[in-house]
Amino acid sequence: MYLPNANTRRTATAVFLAPSLIGVAVFCLLPIAMSFYYSFMDYDLLAGSMDFLGLKNFARILTGREFPQVLLHTLTYLGLYLPLILVCSLGQALLLNRSFRGRAVLRTVFYTPVITSWVAAAVVWTWVLSGRYGLMNQALSLFGIKGPAWLSSRVWAMPGIVITAVWKDTGYYALMVLAALKSIDPALYEAAGIDGAGGARKFFSITLPLLTPTLFLLVVINVIYGLQVFDSVLIMTDGGPGGATTVFLERIYKYAFRQYKMGMASAYSWILFLIILAFTLLQFRLQKRWVNYDA
Amino acid sequence: MMPKLRAKQLRNAAFYVMVVLMAALTLLPFLFMLSSSFKGSEAIRTIPIRWIPERPTLEGYIRVFNMPGFSFGRASLNSLFLALATTLVQVLSACMAAFVFAKLPFRGLGKLFGLYLATMMIPGTVTMVPNYIILRIMGLLDSYTGLILPALANAFGVFLMRQAMITVPDSYLESAMLDGASLYRVFLVILLPMVAPTFFTLVLLAFMGAWNSYLWPLIVLTSTGKQTLQVVLGNMNSMYRNNEHVLMAGAVLTILPILLVYVLSQCRVDSGIALGGLK
Repeated sequence: MYLPNANTRRTATAVFLAPSLIGVAVFCLLPIAMSFYYSFMDYDLLAGSMDFLGLKNFARILTGREFPQVLLHTLTYLGLYLPLILVCSLGQALLLNRSFRGRAVLRTVFYTPVITSWVAAAVVWTWVLSGRYGLMNQALSLFGIKGPAWLSSRVWAMPGIVITAVWKDTGYYALMVLAALKSIDPALYEAAGIDGAGGARKFFSITLPLLTPTLFLLVVINVIYGLQVFDSVLIMTDGGPGGATTVFLERIYKYAFRQYKMGMASAYSWILFLIILAFTLLQFRLQKRWVNYDA
Repeated sequence: MMPKLRAKQLRNAAFYVMVVLMAALTLLPFLFMLSSSFKGSEAIRTIPIRWIPERPTLEGYIRVFNMPGFSFGRASLNSLFLALATTLVQVLSACMAAFVFAKLPFRGLGKLFGLYLATMMIPGTVTMVPNYIILRIMGLLDSYTGLILPALANAFGVFLMRQAMITVPDSYLESAMLDGASLYRVFLVILLPMVAPTFFTLVLLAFMGAWNSYLWPLIVLTSTGKQTLQVVLGNMNSMYRNNEHVLMAGAVLTILPILLVYVLSQCRVDSGIALGGLK
């Protein structure tokens, strides 16, 4: 936009940009540099000591007994969560894509878990998943299934957290899928109908291929967020029982803010970052095999 | 003709069954919470579940405000204040920066914008520990200023607002300036109203994010009187596991305000979030 006075322009640019720029510099860029520096240090915040360690933090983490466990638990979470969230959000979006009475209400209903805080959701689901009187096991018993004591079982704690997360997140991703469904040209379905294609055929030959770019986005985002699962774990199990649900962010949080080992925590977060990066790059590599970009 | 019609009816029936099933799966945990919150500590433990409490009581709601070691009422006010303040800081700084990115280009601005986008890819995990230490150095730990300040770094908000502002024709702003309005006036009175839908989307996302946030307030605020609702509820959950009716009352009170805000502004959020595509 044209401004007659160059001075006004310079001042205005500085004034408007300053708050955000200072914020990004101090709370985003500087921390990246600091975190990188700390990851090579033995930095005990309580003692106030900082000694150079080189790569020892990384070595200690990667060769320790804890790391494979943490990796396994995080990947278990992701492996259970990812297919469930894809199927559920796709299903919900397909329901919302039809016009019927009460559709607006249904949209609000589906979105309610999304606006609920993770703390409230985790508190409610801790009760839902409780062994004898919880909603989940009472519902299961209607089908003659004796449910486990979810969150206090080494095997079932993680699936319990996953179910909660799917319940909470489905509405959010369903909206993204719905937006993609709406952009599919109706003429394609008409043409397929004239050619005699049935509902299932239309779904697998038109809907699903045209949704793959959105599904790809969903997978990428969910892998990034899933590897950083935290709130649910901390409130529902605190990494337990017996360390059965320790995950990356929970470890980083405890190293940093329960033991004040800032160097270890920093190194751990860089390892997590590299894992996230590797997964994301891998997915962009593999996308040619299943994502369809010619609409 | 007949069999075709029947197939269609069958499909319709199947559709409605799915709708009811999905809605029930979504709502049942909320109903379970609501029903439990109006019961006594004995009455919540029944098989089968009594959805309508036999003797409804407000015991849970009264006790949640009087749990030893916690101050739920204080925390509610803290959360409200912090959510409003964080929203103001976050939205204002993002809109101001977006104005420059959209309307006041200078050399190197493209690169700066690239840098902003790149910061969106850095996981919060990496910046969390150093941000804590930065606040410690600044002496802002356990203070609201410290909690709110990092909201200045909001690349997503800048991106969202820039995309909206770029669609406003320069001529509107220029003609206002010819009429003698200052640049600051043009920004507040002409530009922001013209991008109102996106603006309100950002306000809502910021408010919901601030109200619901857990990890950052958990780390920064240590004195009991300053803690937020989410942190207090989270701590109660680990200390009073067997008082589910109290916890459920707490959960209801935590969800209610945000639900109200959401329902009141629903249409705006829906379109906005699909557009943003990011949490």
